[in-house]
Amino acid sequence: MCLAIPALVKSIDGSVAEVEIGGVSRRASLLLTPEAMVGDYVLLHTGYAINVVNQEEAEETLRILEEMAQGAADEEEA
Amino acid sequence: MKFVDEFRRSELARGLIRSIQQHSTKRVRLMEFCGGHTVAIMKHGIRQLLPATIEMLSGPGCPVCVTDNADIDKAIALARIPGVILATFGDMIRVPGSRSSLQEVKADGSDVRIVYSTLDALQIARENPSRSVIFLGIGFETTAPTVAASVIQAEQEGMRNYYVISLHKLCPPVIKELLDSGEVKVSGLICPGHVSAIVGSRSWEFIARDYGIPCVVSGFEPLDILQCVYMLVLQIEQAESKVEIAYRRGVRPEGNQRALELMYQVFEPCSARWRGMGLVPDSGLRLSKAYQRFDAELAFEFDPGPAFEPKGCICGEVLRAVKTPRDCKLFGTVCTPASPVGPCMVSSEGSCAAYYIYGAAGE
Repeated sequence: MCLAIPALVKSIDGSVAEVEIGGVSRRASLLLTPEAMVGDYVLLHTGYAINVVNQEEAEETLRILEEMAQGAADEEEA
Repeated sequence: MKFVDEFRRSELARGLIRSIQQHSTKRVRLMEFCGGHTVAIMKHGIRQLLPATIEMLSGPGCPVCVTDNADIDKAIALARIPGVILATFGDMIRVPGSRSSLQEVKADGSDVRIVYSTLDALQIARENPSRSVIFLGIGFETTAPTVAASVIQAEQEGMRNYYVISLHKLCPPVIKELLDSGEVKVSGLICPGHVSAIVGSRSWEFIARDYGIPCVVSGFEPLDILQCVYMLVLQIEQAESKVEIAYRRGVRPEGNQRALELMYQVFEPCSARWRGMGLVPDSGLRLSKAYQRFDAELAFEFDPGPAFEPKGCICGEVLRAVKTPRDCKLFGTVCTPASPVGPCMVSSEGSCAAYYIYGAAGE
């Protein structure tokens, strides 16, 4: 019910954006995320962008998880 | 898909599982509130990946499942009014009320239409100016702002034929109710990701502070959930209780202020009935005075009749996390996804459906 998927903002016309999800284009309302810009990813929920995906945070999370995976493997070998 | 596939990398999952195993010494009970998390945990077999020290519980976070029968009956009665088009998210169409479902009244000739978005419901209203379009508003804080946005849009366009039944529910009050009941003991809370995208992780601080229960907001991919479990385990092992975010790409501490402003412009908190929990103060949303003309319950005369629960169904107890679907006599025999008795088997995010579909893999 609270499903939201990351969608790429391709173009913006007023409060409506053309977004792309897995190669499929659709219209999305930006009423809840007026700060969204072309090139951003937004979390799309029932036709509305509910948040802009923070790409730096996503990369940082993955970096931490990669370090953890490496650390856990090293510890096992030790 | 970007921001999805990266969070399904198996080598990183292995690293997280090893880290959880290395740090988890105390026996813990972690509750996921959100139905989306329930499904993800079952689907990816996360329970079997975790050490025996970690027990997982499913909470009441499925808006379809917690909708009271009396409220479903209301929607059905409204759908039966001649000239009405009832627009609803697909999740609600098969949910049985006391005597029938929206699917059954549609088969009987009522105009019930599944929409993906309130934007579609508005479009139906524009295309049918002589008909009344009622949108069945269900969902938590994730969805309520989108329904609020539709009401504001309808007002701006001067629409006179768009209405909402507001069955929206708020999450923090019901978690408080659950914890206050003392029925369920949890040592850590997996907080809902997309509700938190709106309300902010700060909304859970009262749980960490007043109940001493660690809270971590999680996303919905396997790595998100494993990272959340790892962070909860660390807090518990270090005897801490604070609110953290394991879904930083989607959630901020302050949430989405614009969405909250719109939500509280159109709606105001009210008491609401939750299946299995009864009336919970300030856990619902009704249309505020300025927008009352959009309230379907005030605009139409209808009689839903007395409400009653299906015999033998224990959805209420499943939602309170005091029983699991397997404790239900109807599970998998009388009640299946193909012919569901209770809402937890109907909803794609219901615990019973998740247990049935992913049962062997998920447990």
